[in-house]
Amino acid sequence: MVYFILKRMVQSVFVMLAVAFLAFSLFRFVGDPITQMTGVETSVADQERLREELGLNDPFVSQFMRFTGDMLKGDFGFSYRTRQPVADMIADRIPATLELGVVALIISLVVGVPAGVYTALKPRGVLTQTILMTTLVGVSIPTFVIGIMLIFIFGVQLGWLPTFGRGGTVQIGSWESSLFTIDGWRALLLPAITLGVYQLTLTMRLVRAEMMEVMRSDYIRFAMARGVPMGRLHYKHALANTMVPVITIIGLQFGGVIAFSIVTESVFQWPGMGLLFLESIRFVDIPVMGVYLVVIAFFFVLVNLVVDLLYVAIDPRLRISDVS
Amino acid sequence: MLTIKDLAVKFPSRFGDFTAIEDVDMEIKPGEIHGLVGESGAGKSTVGAAVIGLLQSPGYVAKGSLRLGETDLRTLTPEQAHKVRGDRISMIFQDPQTSLNPLMTIEDQLIETIQAHSDVTEAAARQRAVDLLEEIGIKDAATRIKAYPHQFSGGMRQRVVIALAISTDPELIIADEPTTALDVAVQSQVLSLIQRLAKERQISFMLITHDIGVIAQVADRVTVMRKGRVMETGDTAQVLGAPEHPYTQALMDAVPPLDRKLERFRVPEANDASSSLGELAENWLLEGQQQAPTGLSLRNLSVQFSGPRTSLFRKPAPYVALDDVTLDIKPGSIMGLVGESGSGKSTLAKAITGLVTPSSGTMMLGDTALPFGKSRSRLHPSRQLVQMVFQDPYSSLNSRHRIGDILAEPLWFYGFVKDADEREKLAASMLSLVGMQPDAITKYPHQFSGGQRQRIAVARALLARPRFLICDEPTSALDVSIQAEILNLLKDLQNKFGLTILFISHNLAVVRQMADDTAVLRNGKIEEVGETHSVYTAPQAAYTKSLLSLTPVMPTSWAVET
Repeated sequence: MVYFILKRMVQSVFVMLAVAFLAFSLFRFVGDPITQMTGVETSVADQERLREELGLNDPFVSQFMRFTGDMLKGDFGFSYRTRQPVADMIADRIPATLELGVVALIISLVVGVPAGVYTALKPRGVLTQTILMTTLVGVSIPTFVIGIMLIFIFGVQLGWLPTFGRGGTVQIGSWESSLFTIDGWRALLLPAITLGVYQLTLTMRLVRAEMMEVMRSDYIRFAMARGVPMGRLHYKHALANTMVPVITIIGLQFGGVIAFSIVTESVFQWPGMGLLFLESIRFVDIPVMGVYLVVIAFFFVLVNLVVDLLYVAIDPRLRISDVS
Repeated sequence: MLTIKDLAVKFPSRFGDFTAIEDVDMEIKPGEIHGLVGESGAGKSTVGAAVIGLLQSPGYVAKGSLRLGETDLRTLTPEQAHKVRGDRISMIFQDPQTSLNPLMTIEDQLIETIQAHSDVTEAAARQRAVDLLEEIGIKDAATRIKAYPHQFSGGMRQRVVIALAISTDPELIIADEPTTALDVAVQSQVLSLIQRLAKERQISFMLITHDIGVIAQVADRVTVMRKGRVMETGDTAQVLGAPEHPYTQALMDAVPPLDRKLERFRVPEANDASSSLGELAENWLLEGQQQAPTGLSLRNLSVQFSGPRTSLFRKPAPYVALDDVTLDIKPGSIMGLVGESGSGKSTLAKAITGLVTPSSGTMMLGDTALPFGKSRSRLHPSRQLVQMVFQDPYSSLNSRHRIGDILAEPLWFYGFVKDADEREKLAASMLSLVGMQPDAITKYPHQFSGGQRQRIAVARALLARPRFLICDEPTSALDVSIQAEILNLLKDLQNKFGLTILFISHNLAVVRQMADDTAVLRNGKIEEVGETHSVYTAPQAAYTKSLLSLTPVMPTSWAVET
C-alpha cells in the first residue's frame, strides 16, 4: 500500500522532469530569447553582454539544472510581454480556470451518472432512446459551436445570462472567486455547461456501458436470486462496481478539462489560464507558455494520484491482501 | 413441491422464435436432490432460470405450468416474483469467484439478505449470519464475517454462497454447476454439505451439472435433458445404472470410468468416407517418423516466480511453482499428469515448451538438452518436435484466420512444404485424418463447435511433425460425448504415429483411460509416479489415495455389464 503510493510518486517525479525538459526546450529552440527581449536599437555588444549575464552561454545541462531549480523554488521568471513575474500571472488566473473546471465536472457528474444509470436499467425505454440520440448530437458538435449557440440563445435572444467575463467576484485571500455572488454564478453557468457537455456525454455513456456489463455479472444475478431489494441492488451493488473503472476515465478527463478549457475560455472571454495561454501564444511569450505547460502537467499528475488513491479506497481487493 | 409441467421457453429473435426448452416435466419433493444432467446447450440452466424467474432477456415462458407448493409461479407480478426469490427459491452459481460482490463484506451481504426477507434488527441478523457460517463449516465465523470475498479461498467462498442462499430458509435451491469450478477435495465437502442441508433442513435442490459422477454420488432422482427436451427421468440408480433411452445409454458409454481402462469409448464415428482422403497426410507424417520415438526426461527441475512484494527493502519471497521435479517419459508412451489447480501442471508444460524459465535442473528431449526459456533459439529443433494442444479451443485458434491458413502455417514456418497449393492439400488431408470434412479449410474457427475446434488444434499440432505432444487439459472444456471422441482420436493418432504424449488433466478418470504411466503432482512436487494401473489400483502416496477416494463415481453395483 505505502509501497504503491511511493512508487506512484517516484513515477510522477519523472513525468514532471520530462515536462520540465520540454518546457525548457521551448526557450532554447523557439527563437532566440535575446532578440525577443531587446529591440532593434540594442547593439550587438550589449546583446552579447546580456547573453553572458543571463547565463545563456552556459552548457545546456547546467542551464536545465538552473531552470528546474528555479521552478522548484517557485521562481518562474518574467513574462516578455507584461514584464510581470509569471508566477503572479498564473496565480491570478488559476482560480477562474479551476472554478470553471470543477463546476463543469460537477454538472457532468450530477447529470451524467444518473442518466447513465437510468439508460442502463431501462435500455429499451423511449426516454433512454431520446437521451442517447440527444447526447450523440451533443458529442458530435464542437465545443465552440455549443458555446456560441448557448450565447445566442440565452445571452442574445433571451437575455437571461451574461455572455462574457466572470461577473461579480469576491476576493478570499489571494483567491478571486465567483462562487459567492449570484452575478458570478450567472456568468459561470454558460461556460461551465459548454465545457461540461462533452464530459457529461462521455460519463453517461461510460456509466451506461459499465452498468449494463455489471448487471449481467454473476454477483448481481445472485443478489437478484436471493431477493435483495431492487433499489439496493441497483445503487449499492451495481453502481459501486460500475464506478471503479469509471473513476479513472473521469479523472483523466478532468485533467483534460483543465488543460483544454482554452476554447471555452476564449469563446466566453473567461479570464482563466487558457485565455492567458492564447494571449501568450500571440505574443510569443515563451516563459508563460513554458510555465503553463508545467502547471498543466502538474494537474494531470495530481489528478492521477488522487484517482489511484480513490481506487484503493473503493476496492477492498487493493486495500486488503488475500489471506486464503 | 416444485412441479413443472409441459414447460416451454422461447427466445424471440429476428429470425423467429428460438425454442430453448419444450415439453419439460419435472417434480421435486421436499428434501430431494434432483439432478439435471445434459450436455451444453441442453437447456438445463434455462429450466433453472425459468423456475426462479431470471431468464435472460428476451427469453420468456411460452407454455406450461410452474408451481411451487400452492403458488403458481407464472401468475406472479414482477414484484411478487422478486419477493419469492430468496424467500422461497434461491440459487447457487457455478463460479464462487464471481458470485459475490467484491466491494462488500460477507457480513453486509448476509445481513442485507436476511433483512430483506424478515423483519429483524441488524444485531439479530448478524447473529443469525454468524450461526449460519458456523453451521456451514467456517471456523471463527464471528471474525471471518468481517472479511471481503477475495479473502476467502474458492471452496470457502462457495460455502459463503451457500450460506447466503440458505440464509432466508428457502424451500428450493437451484444449484447451477455448484462444484464445477472446484477441486475434488473441496467438491466433495460442498457436495456433502448440500446432502446434509437437504436431509436436515428439508431443502429441495435442483442440481444442474454435466458431471455424471456428481449426480451419481448425491442425487436422489435424475432428469436427463438433450436439446431442450427431457430424455429420461427417474431414480438415479435406475437411470444411470440401467438407462432406457438410447441417448442416456450413449451418454453413459462416454463417461470415462475411474476403476478400469477402456480400450476405446463406444461412440458413433463417421470416419468411413474420409479415410482415403486422409492417406496423404498419414503418409506424410509417417515419412517424417523415420527416427525412433523420442522420450523426455526432467531432472531436478524447479521453477520459481517472484512473489508479491511485501516490503520496500526486502526482496520478495519467491513462489515455488515446481519443486525439484524428476520425471521420465518413455519414448512412444503417454504420461498422464494429474493434480489440483495450482499444483504446477501447466507450469511444467510451459517449462518444457520454453515459455517459462526454470531456476534449476535439466531437461532432455531424446539425447539433446533443452535450453531454458528465452535462451532457446527460435530455430531450435525442439520448437518443432514439441507441440501443444491447449485447453480452450475457443481462444487457441486465431479467429481472423481461415482454417486452411492456420493449418498451413506450421508447414510453411518449418519449411516442410514450399508450394502453397501442396500445403493446402496436405492441410485438407490432415483434417480428414482427424475426422473432419476437408472443405473446412475455407471456413473460420467460429463456424465450428468446441469439439471440432479441438480436432483442428490437434491437426495443427500434427502438421508440425511433432515427436512429443503436450495436451494440457485437452477435453476439460468439452462435453463428455465430445470428450470421448477426442480421446479416441488422440489414442488412434498416438498408436499410428508413435507419438510421445504428456497428457495433463485434473480429471483422474480421463487420465486413467489415456495414460501408460501417471504422475501425481501437488504443490509443485511429484507425490507419486508409476504405471497407471498400479497408481490407480494400489496408490502409494496418501495424497493419491485421497484424490481417488474423493473423485465422485458411479457405484459399481449400478453398472450393467455390457
